[in-house]
Amino acid sequence: MTRTLILLTATAFAAPALAQHSGHAPSTPATTKEKPADPGVPTAPHGAPAGATGSSAQSPAGPAMSEQADPHAGHDMQASPPASPIADPHAGHQTGTQPSSQPASDPHAGHDMPDMPTQTDPHAGHAMPSSEADTGSAAPGHEPGVPDPPVEPPPAAALSGPRNAADAVYGPEAMADAREIARREHGDIITYNVLIDQLEARVTNARDGYFINAQGWYGGDIDRLWVKTEIESDFGRKPEQAEVQLLWSHALDPWFNLQTGVRYDFEPSPSRAHLVAGIQGLAPYWFEVDGAFFLSEKGDVTARFEAEYDQRITQRLILQPRAEIDFALQDVPEIGVGSGLSKAEIGLRLRYELVREFAPYIGIEYNETFGDTAKFERAENGDVSHFSFVFGVRAWF
Amino acid sequence: MHHLIERRALLRGGAIGVAGLGLSGLFPAWAQSGSAGLAPAMPTLSGDDIRLTIGQSDFTVGGRSAHAITMNGVLPAPLLRLKEGQNVRLHVQNTLDEDTSIHWHGLIVPFQMDGVPGVSFPGIKPKTTFLYEFPIRQSGTYWYHSHSGLQEQLGHYGPIVIDPADADPVAYDREHVIVLSDWTFLHPHQLVVKLKQEGGYFNRQKQTLAGLLRKGDPEEAMSLADRLMWGKMRMDPTDIADVTASTYTYLINGHGPKENWTGLFRPGERVRLRFINAATMTIFNIRIPGLPMTVVSADGLNVRPVTIDEFQIGNAETYDVIVEPTEDRAFTLVAESIDRSGMGRATLAPRLGMTAAVPPLRPRPTLTMKDMGMGGMDHGSMPGMDQNSMPGMDHSAHSAATAAGAAASMGGMDHGSSGSMAGMNMRDKSKVPPTVKVGVGVDSIAMAPVDRTGDPGLGLEDVGHRVLTYRDLMSLTPNPDKRPPTRTVEVHLTGNMERFMWSFDGEKFSEGVEPIRFELNERVRVVLINDSMMTHPIHLHGHFFEVVNGHTGSHPLKHTVNVLPGAKLTFDLTADAPGDWAFHCHLLLHMHAGMFRVVTVRPLQGEAA
Repeated sequence: MTRTLILLTATAFAAPALAQHSGHAPSTPATTKEKPADPGVPTAPHGAPAGATGSSAQSPAGPAMSEQADPHAGHDMQASPPASPIADPHAGHQTGTQPSSQPASDPHAGHDMPDMPTQTDPHAGHAMPSSEADTGSAAPGHEPGVPDPPVEPPPAAALSGPRNAADAVYGPEAMADAREIARREHGDIITYNVLIDQLEARVTNARDGYFINAQGWYGGDIDRLWVKTEIESDFGRKPEQAEVQLLWSHALDPWFNLQTGVRYDFEPSPSRAHLVAGIQGLAPYWFEVDGAFFLSEKGDVTARFEAEYDQRITQRLILQPRAEIDFALQDVPEIGVGSGLSKAEIGLRLRYELVREFAPYIGIEYNETFGDTAKFERAENGDVSHFSFVFGVRAWF
Repeated sequence: MHHLIERRALLRGGAIGVAGLGLSGLFPAWAQSGSAGLAPAMPTLSGDDIRLTIGQSDFTVGGRSAHAITMNGVLPAPLLRLKEGQNVRLHVQNTLDEDTSIHWHGLIVPFQMDGVPGVSFPGIKPKTTFLYEFPIRQSGTYWYHSHSGLQEQLGHYGPIVIDPADADPVAYDREHVIVLSDWTFLHPHQLVVKLKQEGGYFNRQKQTLAGLLRKGDPEEAMSLADRLMWGKMRMDPTDIADVTASTYTYLINGHGPKENWTGLFRPGERVRLRFINAATMTIFNIRIPGLPMTVVSADGLNVRPVTIDEFQIGNAETYDVIVEPTEDRAFTLVAESIDRSGMGRATLAPRLGMTAAVPPLRPRPTLTMKDMGMGGMDHGSMPGMDQNSMPGMDHSAHSAATAAGAAASMGGMDHGSSGSMAGMNMRDKSKVPPTVKVGVGVDSIAMAPVDRTGDPGLGLEDVGHRVLTYRDLMSLTPNPDKRPPTRTVEVHLTGNMERFMWSFDGEKFSEGVEPIRFELNERVRVVLINDSMMTHPIHLHGHFFEVVNGHTGSHPLKHTVNVLPGAKLTFDLTADAPGDWAFHCHLLLHMHAGMFRVVTVRPLQGEAA
């Protein structure tokens, strides 16, 4: 029998390959004049009598079928079970006789669907191909089938018996250990990252120097220990700025983390400690953002906002615009910070990823100080704004 | 980029010599570099007592070697050839320094023999031997693999063929097992670390500025408006596979594309190919240019024959196909990864050493509106849509007039309309039941998921030849349980691409979730709603379920089902296997990241320990 079936389908080989989906150059006369679309697109009204799409309506097998390379040609030879005598679940949709209450579990809850049945019909929201128009993969006879029964908790008997079936076979102790390992191995991933975002030399018309901006984290999906550091220095001198932040990072949503902790500035002198509260994450349109408030041991409040964007030019060549803006609530003359907008850095770096983890780059950086900060800066070294040419490497592991 | 060009050039090169048969010691008999097929005389593992030794061996592919975890020293593992109705005792010796296990994928066994550590048994400790013993109650193509850690990625998998007790309804003259897998020289834990550090780490086919400016590149054919829309969602429409050919070599019977595994045939023979996707993270598109394939079984059980030119196979699915090559020439078997970053390649030929042209990689598919979970929406009404209600959404589409409108806009083919999606909430909590925890681990919710059993899989809508869909599958024998399901269990497939978190209903298994509970012999309908933008092959242990695809009474019975993004996939289940069973995504790293549940079936009856 099956052999006959295969031979019958084999006669289809000679036919030109026919697209398997409705919408691919449909070749049946019944196809409507719609533009090509995905399978599952309604191509016939649903008012057709239930039997019309049932398997009983399949055309007899034979040459007429194989002309269409219907994969199911010949299937009729196999006595197919009669279609289950289920009423067409779409009956009544247009008359609105179905209850309109939406159980909470209905994925369409909240939609305004006065004429949907209570149970989610697997075909709600899309129409089924029907035999007349579905030239493709669905065998003639694709039908709505049994509507979804209600979502309910399991029957009482499902809660009977031992909590863990294997305990009786292998012993509760051995199983308890194995269960804990299984729990950890299915989602409890602890991992790490160290990112040296900028390790660069800066060439200016004044003194050349170097700059390091790095961060690392360790932990799970939600809670991580996060370390950030920035060091800025002229070559051959002690750093102008050197800070380390030690933060607890807690995921707030799919993209953003709340980060709180401490920051310690080794430089500029006098060194000082701060409390930190900030948000770091991925903003819409793929902007990496990081904003934080700092409360120093002296009671000074400052803030910093950073944003980066990676524009892929090719798979490996990436242009990264970057901006950092610093604010202060008050003057902090001993470290040369004035109230308000104190400093802005805008950079553009072009990096080439030799491998994902290692990318040399070149770029430019523009620095400007504002307000009282600029005043302090002028007094110190007379330079309130400057361009730098930068080159360095971005690396992570 | 260079890497890809090299790879494509290599594959375009076509005639790559067959590897010397001197390697033969590295492969089991059934997977020799040139195989005449499975034969009764072949030294497979059969009988009532089978011994398997799990250990470390060197594995070589593409001229590089590394440690693999193997069974009896070979990768893939030996073929287990069993007979329906026999009892089998499998003595599994663990010579590793770590726990191991074997799960008999698709076999109906008592729960304590199912081989999932922490669910069905404690696992196999180092330097111990575990005895599996169970009756063989079925026939068909199955496979076996580790369920411990990430050992499957290291080579711990092999095929099972069970011959039926009665006459096989499928007639064939010769058979080959085709085990598909993926191999990396990175340690599997490194894969996880990289993906946690950078979700798109392995994707070398992202959209670029150069691509936007280049005209006519099908991989980049997306308007700036659409790019911005995806960007606003922080979703990458090119994120098709988490791990790609940038690290993977795709293997067929343990052979890379250069090694070119060759299966022999005589022209005119009916050749049965038993495809098993044993890959860790790769869904494959399978085709044999010039040779139509007639699918005769899915997941080991017979279906009505259906002839196609290509099919997509999710991880852990199996398909048997019949091919009838009549010409005296070679055919290339192509196993293209779903993201088309690379392919596995093998040859079917009348004689060793013959090769056929290797087709170039096809352009990478791009996710569409339908993959975004908006397949059920009439996009024509999108302007003016607010975040909580969708006026004008046509949920029933039952009239021909609205059908035409939906047809014009469904499936995301009509990119022009999506610019008006501004203001839509792609993470609308009102769309999911309260059982779904919409938190950090859920970055998207399908607004209007649809039945996609009629869809062939990502990127296969317009390939110009016949591609298998689930709707093509009809069980050869009537479904055994005629009772309609009494209740629905809805499970959402959820994830966060950026943090590489994967879960069911927004909760990772590690968070201490409750099992999914069924009563013994209960008829239940399970509705899987894929809120994520990736295809997930979902596997339920210990059972076969009926995929609801419109062929009532003849639904195909499967153990693993590929759920497309934005899809609502329904299966009916008779919970006839008492015990505790794993239920998970078979993309191994998704399972490892939390996409795992235990299903309990109670009361336990007649289960002798």
